[in-house]
Amino acid sequence: MNVTPAVAVVTPYTVAPGLMDALQVTILVLVAIAATAVVLTRVPVRQAIVLSVYGILLAVLFLAFQAPDVTLSELTVGAVALPILLLLTLAKVKRPPARGRPPRTPRDQEREK
Amino acid sequence: MTPRQRRWLFLAAMACLAVFLIWGLAGLPGFGNYPGPYGDIINRIAVSQTNATAVVSAINFEYRGFDTVGEEFILFVAAAGVATVLRRLRGEREGPARDEAPGRGLQPTSEAVRAVALALTGPTVVMGWYLASHAQTSPSGGFQGGVVLGTAFVLVYLAGQFLAFERISPVDVTDAVEAVGAGGFAAVGITAVIMGLPYLQNFLPLGTIPGAVSSSGTIALISFFVGVEVAAAFVLIVGELLDQTLLVREGSG
Repeated sequence: MNVTPAVAVVTPYTVAPGLMDALQVTILVLVAIAATAVVLTRVPVRQAIVLSVYGILLAVLFLAFQAPDVTLSELTVGAVALPILLLLTLAKVKRPPARGRPPRTPRDQEREK
Repeated sequence: MTPRQRRWLFLAAMACLAVFLIWGLAGLPGFGNYPGPYGDIINRIAVSQTNATAVVSAINFEYRGFDTVGEEFILFVAAAGVATVLRRLRGEREGPARDEAPGRGLQPTSEAVRAVALALTGPTVVMGWYLASHAQTSPSGGFQGGVVLGTAFVLVYLAGQFLAFERISPVDVTDAVEAVGAGGFAAVGITAVIMGLPYLQNFLPLGTIPGAVSSSGTIALISFFVGVEVAAAFVLIVGELLDQTLLVREGSG
């Protein structure tokens, strides 16, 4: 493999490489925790909110890995747009019908047998 | 199939998957190591070739502009699909907005949410346009800017009522704006063809200063059209869902 040695560019914003590694590992662990939390949250409304937090953490992860374009996309789509769409959908499907009995789900029919 | 058999089938499938996954992961290049030639070449030539200092935008809207047209139309078709699925069906009727009906059981929006949403609406619009119009200079672009712009409309809903959201985004207008955004992107490409160039070839003057807002030719123009399209698509989808949640009920009365 042909690997060119990395040239150290020193700017006023340069941090020690160890510090950057620590930041990246920290945020990776946080994202893993948040992802697990999303899966383990059982109430859909809460899950949408936890998903939003996960989206923000993922955006920070992309920033820590120097991908600001993806950060912006993840921030707008993962942390804002997706939870909004989920919450609206949940609001729609949770509402009981105006009159009459609620529609029977396949599970209801199975229970009645 | 009994639960027991199902469990064994699952475990066997998982074991196979795990073997292939580990095999694949072991063959990956080292962390942060980029073996291919194209990234290095692009990094060397992109700024001088396009006068765009944001190389990611240069790739999205120029070198791989054709891919982005496809993505653009995926979103366009998705929005059209949502609008079709969520149209008012036979046996459904629209009532007065649920957050307005007298004696409603819903919690009123808290004053804190309304105040924050109201205060954020203006800055969000500015941020959205800034992102959509500066793809050529800094990390941003039409997709991000468009969603941020769309979020401003949602903030108006949070700050006011559904009627306010509907008044500022009538479906006919949103539809038309979305079509203009999607069509504008394709038209930029076709204009190049009419001028005898390859599809989506950059035919506008590139400007003299890399990183100036007026530089980079069609990259800035395409980003603008993408921003318009994405914002309209987002507002359309959210509007359809709000419609369904707040207005449409069962029954034909």
